[in-house]
Amino acid sequence: MIKQNYTIAENKLVASDTYRLVLAGKGTTDGEFVHLEIPGFYLRRPLSVCDAEDGKMMLLYKTVGEGTRVLAQQPAGTVISVLEGLGKGFDADACKGKALLVAGGLGAAPLYLLAKKLKAQGKKVTVVLGFNKKEEIVLEQEFKALCDSFALATLDGSAGTKGFVTDALKALQPEYDYFYTCGPMVMMKAVCSLLEGPGEASLEERMGCGAGFCYGCSIQTAGGPRRVCKDGPVFKKEEILW
Amino acid sequence: MVKDLSVNLCGLQLQNPVIPASGTFGFGLELAGSMDLNVLGAISLKGTTREARYGNPVPRIAEAPHGMLNSVGLQNPGIDVLVNEKVPALRKIYRQGVIANISGFSVEEYRECCAKADACEGIDLLEVNVSCPNVHGGGLAFGTSAKAAAEVTAAVKAVCKKPVFIKLSPNVTDIVEIARACEDAGADGLTLVNTFLGMRIDIVRRQPILANKMGGFSGAAIFPIALRMVYQVAHACKIPIMGCGGVASARDVIEMMMAGATAVQVGAENLRNPFACPEIIAELPAVMEQLHIDALKDIIGTV
Repeated sequence: MIKQNYTIAENKLVASDTYRLVLAGKGTTDGEFVHLEIPGFYLRRPLSVCDAEDGKMMLLYKTVGEGTRVLAQQPAGTVISVLEGLGKGFDADACKGKALLVAGGLGAAPLYLLAKKLKAQGKKVTVVLGFNKKEEIVLEQEFKALCDSFALATLDGSAGTKGFVTDALKALQPEYDYFYTCGPMVMMKAVCSLLEGPGEASLEERMGCGAGFCYGCSIQTAGGPRRVCKDGPVFKKEEILW
Repeated sequence: MVKDLSVNLCGLQLQNPVIPASGTFGFGLELAGSMDLNVLGAISLKGTTREARYGNPVPRIAEAPHGMLNSVGLQNPGIDVLVNEKVPALRKIYRQGVIANISGFSVEEYRECCAKADACEGIDLLEVNVSCPNVHGGGLAFGTSAKAAAEVTAAVKAVCKKPVFIKLSPNVTDIVEIARACEDAGADGLTLVNTFLGMRIDIVRRQPILANKMGGFSGAAIFPIALRMVYQVAHACKIPIMGCGGVASARDVIEMMMAGATAVQVGAENLRNPFACPEIIAELPAVMEQLHIDALKDIIGTV
């Protein structure tokens, strides 16, 4: 874990209530998520890293509360304190050759960085994204350009298969040896019970420190109490007590 | 001139008065890879009970203006893991003060855990938590009654050779009365204060944010109240005080010490900024210079 100042290079509305935040700075590209300080708020906000390269990281966030609404108002050039190198992310090495990535909503964000890693390892990647409606869709073009197979579902049927990601999965019948999922808890539960074979899911919880020492985000798992911020956020499917 | 930051807590010499407060710094080990722990004055380890505890259900964290609430509920691996695993592992990399923070649900549990901590070589000082607002039938129940706090103090003192500090709750009508009762029962020092019982409601979902409904409020917002309590107790008692509550800067440390604290604990600020303690320690000499202070121990209780 390190603390660094980054400068906002871009903070732009890219979908319904959804912003793309590009931070420029001299940090690490390790870690599953970053913990951002937001002006006027006591606690930091944890956001998954969607893409990272030397000196730059890209995050996607939705304005769901006061903190993210204030974050959305920060213009390019604003300096922001970032804790980075946090969390245990997806295990790309667990996939032998054919990966299935299933996201609900902004769960697509951390799966994009994973997809890049899997492709760099020469693996076949199938991606299934689900959204409520077409106005919420993010990363469609990016995933299409990167992956071997792509499917989309929207609840209202305004794009792709009408229904849940599980409906798109049933229609697609993808081949995979390992799956990865990120999204709302209820969606990940459905995905983990539908999909056979090994896989992992990225959980979310209200956090204090974000770095594993306050024990504010500890959940019960099959293996005992685990900190979502440090032992996770990614857990093997059989560890999660839904 | 080189500034003297050292203080002495009942014979325990600290290189500086800055101590991460219990529950906001784990067992130290969690942060060992991110900073040099040896710059700290001491570490107050996460509150420990006889048996391992998971604590309360999540969500356990809520935000408030200039502060936060927690309802962790004393998640810990139990006293035996503390003394046999956590402290020996910490001692391999860390040579400054180690404070064990002990909580319990009966006088007997406090006595048993404190005896084990007292016998553990790596522990320098005991902090007895009679003030946790997040567990039912324990912690706070002992800290809101002068008689019960004195009873715990006497029981623990009877089995300990190391200095025993009692960590008091601010959720009382008269903290001075309880502080005096602890002093009379033989406490070597006091830690003031634990968190304030608070609550937040999610007005969209129309239910409490914390799964446990209520939690302990801490952070910068409570600093003036904690400072006032340190000041009142320092004027009523002779034993040393570790001041705690909303401390976020070198100036806050100095203010707490002027109010009567011999050492100062930093709590919620660590959750905003894990590097708060080393940053405050690094900032102290320059602030002392501005205020014409050569030795921090000279300002203790001077107001």
